Amino acid sequence: MTASSREVYRDAVLDLLPRDERLVCLDSDTGLFDSAQFPERYVNLGIAEHTLMGAAAGLAKSGRMPLVNTMAAFASSRANEAVKIDIALNNLPVRIAATHSGVSAGHLGPTHHALEDLAVMRTLPNMTVVVPADGPQTGTLFRQALRLTGPVYLRLGRNATPELPDAPPVTLGLAQVLRDGADVTIAACGPYPVLAALDAADTLAAEGVSASVLNVHTVKPLDVATIAAHAGRSGIVVTVEEHWRNAGFGAAVAESLAEIAPNLVLRVAMPDAFVPVSGGQRYLAERGGVTSAAVAAKARSALGRDPR
Amino acid sequence: MTTTIDAPPAAGTAARIREHVVNLCAGPEGGHLGGSMSLAEILATLYTRVLRVDPLDPARPDRDVLLLSKGHGGLALYAALAEAGFFPPERLGEYARPGSEFMAHPHPEIPGVEMPSGSLGHGLALAVGFGLGFRLDQADRRCFVVMGDGELQEGSVWEAASVAAAQRLDNLVAVVDRNRLQITGATETIDALEPLADRWSAFGWSVRQVDGHSCEELEAALTEPPAPGRPTVVIAHTVKGKGIPFVEDQPRSHYAKLGERQHARALAALRRGAAS
Repeated sequence: MTASSREVYRDAVLDLLPRDERLVCLDSDTGLFDSAQFPERYVNLGIAEHTLMGAAAGLAKSGRMPLVNTMAAFASSRANEAVKIDIALNNLPVRIAATHSGVSAGHLGPTHHALEDLAVMRTLPNMTVVVPADGPQTGTLFRQALRLTGPVYLRLGRNATPELPDAPPVTLGLAQVLRDGADVTIAACGPYPVLAALDAADTLAAEGVSASVLNVHTVKPLDVATIAAHAGRSGIVVTVEEHWRNAGFGAAVAESLAEIAPNLVLRVAMPDAFVPVSGGQRYLAERGGVTSAAVAAKARSALGRDPR
Repeated sequence: MTTTIDAPPAAGTAARIREHVVNLCAGPEGGHLGGSMSLAEILATLYTRVLRVDPLDPARPDRDVLLLSKGHGGLALYAALAEAGFFPPERLGEYARPGSEFMAHPHPEIPGVEMPSGSLGHGLALAVGFGLGFRLDQADRRCFVVMGDGELQEGSVWEAASVAAAQRLDNLVAVVDRNRLQITGATETIDALEPLADRWSAFGWSVRQVDGHSCEELEAALTEPPAPGRPTVVIAHTVKGKGIPFVEDQPRSHYAKLGERQHARALAALRRGAAS
């Protein structure tokens, strides 16, 4: 089964909008929505991302709960000052649905890739940062996020990604434990990183290494307790993300664990470079080194095992 | 709600705003003097004659909203809010003290301040959101956004201006404090704004131009009903540093820390101006 997180989000919006007067869908000409489906409370402001974020703040301040739609690159970089000052500083209930995150924009190129957004958004006070790992949990986490009183950054993809197999229920703010192991903890964030983590855990299991696999879908606030509990047994954490290695998810884990226990954190992430070639999301992520093989290799090196 | 029937004359309030601003600029940190002085009549008229706000209930759901997009006019806003009764004027003395919420740029911890400002080019986008919200609520409310003229060099202003017109937000009124100066000189020599009225017209706005130091002209422009389906901009022609002859119309008035003698001279000039 595959589903696109942005389409799951869109369907959830279509379901919720008529039933919740607070919700207003603010669009920036993304094409995700068919305006004919919304008689009211859908506004396409045009290609104007600063105004999109500022207007969302004004709308929230006037009592609504705006659902803001743009691409991750434009939400996190182009419109960032409005996100910071108008939304985060006022701690307003704005939900930023950011599609095309990571390299999911694929062949659209580096202008449309967003490999900095977790770094940017997780530094903002009051912001909650959510990265669903598949379609179904996108719907669940989005609905849970509507209960929060402050702003939320929802990091979505462009195209369908596989559903996680046999995943337990997902709860905003709590890392989802997909595997429980004793030797190494793999903490992953995002669709392909979580799949890479599961695949690496299978490979390691065949080698006699038991790995915990955590789907850390909430990057802020980070569920340090669960990560630390799993790390505490092994002391070794490998992080996986579709984001630049600087200041992203792995960096967030490393920062937190460095303050509480002498853990070893090894990051699998996109290199500190733009992605100047065409390709699909999975191709570009793997080209950047975000692979199950890289995860397994990091785990082996931390455990002092020879590569096979 | 304040009403315009028994409201005090705006000119007297403007004079008191100026005196507060001068006093605050004589404090240990100084302050944004010139652009606060040019705002005195604009804010005085808004708070005494135009805005439907309730100082005893600043978050009242049916209030009009005023956004000071030129956040460096914060001292004038604090003075106007104190004069309007949002907090006692004595609280102005907290300005710039360690731990005080009265910073140079307004923060919503201050009663009557709707949104923080200071980074230029944010107010109009916020106003678009308020305008959309009021319309969805079918509420008889208006959003006023006071901008500096130098601020209009920010691209985000014109992005929001275009969106406001496209959304036909006739519940939105922008006021431009056209004092013609920015930190280092004349707007027209740095990044010219003229023909400013034509620019706004071309963006689909209804344009009104007034003497920004005439409370009567301001009141007329700010209370006249909008053109249906069009946002309104009032270009208020003002003088930076207005009321203090030794800083009037000078870029260096942008930020000032008045010494004892300058403070006394400025107050004397204000009193002479008020008496004349």
